[in-house]
Amino acid sequence: MLDKIGIAKRIAKEIKDGYYVNLGIGIPTLVANYIPQGMNVVLQSENGLLGMGPFPFEGEEDPDLINAGKQTITTVPGSVFFDSAMSFGMIRARKVDLTILGAMEVADNGDIANWKIPGKMVKGMGGAMDLVASAKNIIVAMQHVNKAGESKLLTKCTLPLTGVKCVKKIVTELAVLDVTPQGFKLLERAPGISVEQIKNATEGKLIIEGDIPEMTIE
Amino acid sequence: MNKTVKNAEEAIKDIQDNMTLMLGGFGLCGIPENCISALVKKGVKGLTCISNNAGVDDFGIGLMLQTRQVKKMISSYVGENAEFERQLLSGELEVELIPQGTLATRCLAAGYGMPAIFTPAGVGTEVAIGKETRKFMVDGAEKEFLMEMAFDADFAIVKAWKGDTHGNLIYRETARNFNPMMAMAGKITIAEVEELVPAGELNPDHIHTPGIYVHRIFQGANYEKRIEQRTVRKK
Repeated sequence: MLDKIGIAKRIAKEIKDGYYVNLGIGIPTLVANYIPQGMNVVLQSENGLLGMGPFPFEGEEDPDLINAGKQTITTVPGSVFFDSAMSFGMIRARKVDLTILGAMEVADNGDIANWKIPGKMVKGMGGAMDLVASAKNIIVAMQHVNKAGESKLLTKCTLPLTGVKCVKKIVTELAVLDVTPQGFKLLERAPGISVEQIKNATEGKLIIEGDIPEMTIE
Repeated sequence: MNKTVKNAEEAIKDIQDNMTLMLGGFGLCGIPENCISALVKKGVKGLTCISNNAGVDDFGIGLMLQTRQVKKMISSYVGENAEFERQLLSGELEVELIPQGTLATRCLAAGYGMPAIFTPAGVGTEVAIGKETRKFMVDGAEKEFLMEMAFDADFAIVKAWKGDTHGNLIYRETARNFNPMMAMAGKITIAEVEELVPAGELNPDHIHTPGIYVHRIFQGANYEKRIEQRTVRKK
């Protein structure tokens, strides 16, 4: 079974040289730490920055320089600032190659729910609806089952949707899956996890073809 | 063409109860601190505020929530704000949550003189309920879009880094965020800046917001620039 770091490391393998990438809050943010050295990747922060760098050294925080999670950050050489309309313009125009975000539920047709739980205080969708509606490639980092052991990979989302038919790939603590027109296609197993365990944890339609390899993350 | 006013109090003097205001900023970054303080002092009530976030309990728009001056917030994310949550649950405060890109582009449309935009954000979700939709061909496939209307705000209040007496504005780093398109979108736009210089001193090539959009400008005082999430690494 993968921990959060493991999920982030596995997703980092999906990033290709030359990509512009938007990372959501939570596990997706961790992915930045595992992008292979020497690879040219530019991170977009939707509050208006291309070329996001690591956290600043202590004492060097700049209140004018934050990421979409409102954390203090730095820039890398070649970075550029712009306004929020242009930021979502480049997202809508599909200039961003890859979007990585978290989810509460994903359906086997690619629907995603990640912004609202009825009965709980709703904080808002932020940029999530814009990102999922326009991104050409969306990878979701999520837990396969909830704390009660119930599947979060479903036939139909039960929570209010963030976007429809948009998720392309999912990495969970148990597996890597593609979202295809036929349903969730199992690609890889997490270390020590059997196909049977993944089957039991997946409520939506699961396609299993041939031997499913165990993933490598290092 | 001198747009200079003395201070925040003078800049906001004709903002009345029940008006609609746009306030620039993302989180606590690039917010018009001086004007928010002046609005709290003036005590105008029943305001509708269009702003990406609602501040925190004791800073930003949170200050105007403490004094119950806000009737409605139009935002994309309202974050960690206990008083906000209390007013929302008790029904004192109305909230309209809209996707962040939609919020930005509805401001942009107002500043560009366009009545509406079409966006895919929110299609198939509760955001789409009651809205006109239209299909367009995109990359050879039909795709559905929502029609979203340009905002109509009485005042836009923005914060810039530098400005000149003509109202030309330059922003700094990610404090730019929503400020440029809100500056373009207000019927009356107020800009507070960290440094106000005589017209002619800013390089025309470096100006982000042309002064034609700005009606009043002043140099703010005592900027706190509070950091919401201080994240650092060790040397």
